[in-house]
Amino acid sequence: MRITQGAFSFLPDLTDEQIAKQIQYAIDKGWAVNVEFTDDPHPRNTYWEMWGMPMFDVKDAAGVMFELNECRKTYAGRYYIRVSAFDPSHTWESLRLSFITDRPAEEPGFALDRQEVAGRNQRYTTRSYAASTKPEGARY
Amino acid sequence: MDALTETKPDAVDLQAEFADSGLAEVFDELDRDLVGLVPVKQRLREIAALLLVDRARAQFGLSSSSPTLHMSFTGNPGTGKTTVALRMAEILHRLGYVRKGHLVTVTRDDLVGQYIGHTAPKTKEILKKAMGGVLFIDEAYYLYRPENERDYGQEAIEILLQVMENQRDDLVVILAGYADRMERFFTANPGFRSRVAHHIDFPDYSETELHAIGERILGGMSYKLSPAADEAFNRYVGIRMTQPHFANGRSIRNALDRARLRQANRLFASHKPVTAEDLVTIEAVDILASRVFSGGIDSYPPLRTEKPA
Repeated sequence: MRITQGAFSFLPDLTDEQIAKQIQYAIDKGWAVNVEFTDDPHPRNTYWEMWGMPMFDVKDAAGVMFELNECRKTYAGRYYIRVSAFDPSHTWESLRLSFITDRPAEEPGFALDRQEVAGRNQRYTTRSYAASTKPEGARY
Repeated sequence: MDALTETKPDAVDLQAEFADSGLAEVFDELDRDLVGLVPVKQRLREIAALLLVDRARAQFGLSSSSPTLHMSFTGNPGTGKTTVALRMAEILHRLGYVRKGHLVTVTRDDLVGQYIGHTAPKTKEILKKAMGGVLFIDEAYYLYRPENERDYGQEAIEILLQVMENQRDDLVVILAGYADRMERFFTANPGFRSRVAHHIDFPDYSETELHAIGERILGGMSYKLSPAADEAFNRYVGIRMTQPHFANGRSIRNALDRARLRQANRLFASHKPVTAEDLVTIEAVDILASRVFSGGIDSYPPLRTEKPA
């Protein structure tokens, strides 16, 4: 199941050239660009692992692409990788843009768990298969 | 063959391209602001011409591989290497060969780490910062320390070489340093020599050029020399040039800064109301008080206090 999270996720995967242009847009706006990765794409898993430091003083997209490619060398085909842009200006101080650049070769999707509770009510939980296939402690 | 059959111009007016790129202003500014340095300016024009011709070739669909633009600037202290590097970034930006045109100035400290595993991230951090612009490595020969085989400089050099080769489109590296030491550096690192396409030598300034530089520095700060001071300054330059630790333009700037101090002190000590003319004029006494005239070396801070004559 193809995960749709962040910007552009209903479009075909962006090419490197398109990614670089998006990054350059973010840099020109004064946002700090980060490279992040995770094996668990659950929508509630907001904080992904960061690849290196946020790049506050990089002026050109080539610098970020360099780090993105380094991250790909390690995690491409296994993990999700996304690029996020953080706006440090006063009153924003939060992410302004985030999009997935790389996906694992296989995206297992989510399971829906139903829980019977009092009064014939049901509670629902989504659980990502990706996170549950590997034992605890071996996920990251 | 599609690229060749598409509509393309019959002829490209290189002069018009030159004017359009705004390079004419940059070079005019270069001529105006920088005294002397004829071989350097010549080389800059050649590089600009090559890049313009390459661009014209691209319009005709002729192959134009992006040229190697890494450079090495060699020359004595104070010959304007850093100033030219800053202009270089602007020139390359106007020509569209670097996307941002900013200059990142670093020395060994910024590239080489202090313990194992510290160097690579540090060097990469700097390289990332410089991408899209120009990386200026001052005193580049310090990167290589043959006397210490466990020196981390070698690691920084390897990363630099790799990026200089693989990401030629993303950044331009300029190495700078004194001629003899750079020569040794290149001999020990042949990889660098072959990757650096332009070796530019900065000549020392002549006496008249140094005098012109001094006048420009003063002009920029709204000062002027009285005729007697002018003559004294000429003599000062002549004597100072022959002394050790002479750093060309930088020595001149320092000497003038000291003359300003003496002038301020003289005006203050005179206990008289000063006119605008007094404030802008540097008198002969301000210059003649320099230790250079009594056989010493003019240095700052002064080794002993002197009273203006």
